[in-house]
Amino acid sequence: MKIKKNIALSESGFVFNPSTGESFSVNPIGIEVFNAIKEEQSYEEISKTMLSKYNTDGDTFEKDYNDFVQLLNTYQLIELANEG
Amino acid sequence: MEKLRYERPVIKKLETNMPNKFGLRTEYVAKTHIDGVAVKDLIKDHGSPVFVISEETIRKTYRQAKKAFTTRYPKVQFAWSYKTNYLGAVCRTFHQEGSWAEVVSGFEYDKALNNGVEGNKIIFNGPDKTDEDLKKAIKNGSLIHIDHLDELYSVIELAETMSTKPRVAIRINMDTGIYPMWDRFGFNYENGQAWDALNKIMRNKNLELVGLHCHIGTFMLTAQAYGTAAYKMADLALGIKKKYKHDIKYIDMGGGFASKNTLKGSYLPGADTNPTFDDFAEAITSALINSNFEPDNLPLLILETGRALIDDAGFLVGTVISNKRSSLGKRTTIIDVGVNILFTSFWYEHKVTPAQPFTQYTEDTTLYGPLCMNIDVVRESANLPLLNKGDHFVIHSVGAYNMTQWMQFITLRPAVVMIDKNSKAHVIREKETIDNITLMEKVPEHLEEFEL
Repeated sequence: MKIKKNIALSESGFVFNPSTGESFSVNPIGIEVFNAIKEEQSYEEISKTMLSKYNTDGDTFEKDYNDFVQLLNTYQLIELANEG
Repeated sequence: MEKLRYERPVIKKLETNMPNKFGLRTEYVAKTHIDGVAVKDLIKDHGSPVFVISEETIRKTYRQAKKAFTTRYPKVQFAWSYKTNYLGAVCRTFHQEGSWAEVVSGFEYDKALNNGVEGNKIIFNGPDKTDEDLKKAIKNGSLIHIDHLDELYSVIELAETMSTKPRVAIRINMDTGIYPMWDRFGFNYENGQAWDALNKIMRNKNLELVGLHCHIGTFMLTAQAYGTAAYKMADLALGIKKKYKHDIKYIDMGGGFASKNTLKGSYLPGADTNPTFDDFAEAITSALINSNFEPDNLPLLILETGRALIDDAGFLVGTVISNKRSSLGKRTTIIDVGVNILFTSFWYEHKVTPAQPFTQYTEDTTLYGPLCMNIDVVRESANLPLLNKGDHFVIHSVGAYNMTQWMQFITLRPAVVMIDKNSKAHVIREKETIDNITLMEKVPEHLEEFEL
């Protein structure tokens, strides 16, 4: 899973997709997760970082992470591994 | 190092819709305390969900309403509408403030007596008064508001056998220019039914006609309808004076004042648009004062408003059970408050505020209750901050009707807590237990045993 190459994310959480012209806003934790995915960190690495930094548990983060990734997919911001 | 507060990662598509010119915002300040008591402590001590009533808000709201009328009219009396919320502590707060009781059934009548209200300060409305109820009300000198001719005949019959003269009024329905016109209760003004009933009462020596009553609708969004109603009530009272040389002691304008809740489908919040006590008072008192009553002989003005006096004092505190997404990707959140205890969610877009700090990020959220029923939707669409499982929230303005129209359905009814002026929380109704429900059941002997 990769963030598409042409997707731009600003520091303040503004996402722009030049191929569709659509824009999005991401909350601060969303920015961290977005950047970690962009850096191609594994889920385990991302989860470890988030659990050490934020007051949450593994189950909650796993559920929220999957939901976030599903949204990125719905908005066509990522390429899943089996796509060309 | 202390960990930071977690908020789930979220991405929201920026839509290029028309901007909202009214600038409606979602909640921006967490409701962490109610009258100085922490929401998390309320849940810790009394479970989740829990109804919370602010005694100070009841008193403050009542005094506002009273002031709106007493500064415009010399003789005003409020009567607490029991059906709106008949918890003993709530009724007694209103009685301490000076409210009489307004009841609509034998059950409510007995509740008022149990609360210590004198019989002659109980107004008995409603279409279903049994002979036993009527006898009790006649004996106690209560104000009996007659709803239909059959009831009038019952009162006449009972009066012949009793030593106390019944003190009666009739309920009048009328066209006040609003839709729908309420005409199912009482006698109609325009078609002469009201005069027919009044003539029957005035010609009967055993009855004392003490007043006239109306209740023109509910959640009224225009005060002027009350002005029209008061004008017609004054016309009847003056007609009785002219025809029978009889002074009506009071005009009871009923209730129906809108609270500050927002009705479903409204574009603007009720707090900004619904009429105020001053608006209602101005319409009613102007019509009475401008009528042909002698200035020194004005009838007592009775008001039975319930909802507008108690709604804001009630809060429902609960907990998030889960976050999901619908098939179309919409955020849905399941909370432990369902329509079984929040009946008014069928009418209002209830304001919901998280009880812990949150950021400016929001999601368009559907709030589902915990019942395994498709109708259990508390808010179809609310722009809410990001709530995590286990987070607490406060639903505002739930004081009217929920604690009387609630159902024991699927779950048990929660505790009700009242916070006094010293920020002390008192349980005013224990939360239900399974025994409360099953103790009333009986199982026939042949059904006691079974094998699976």
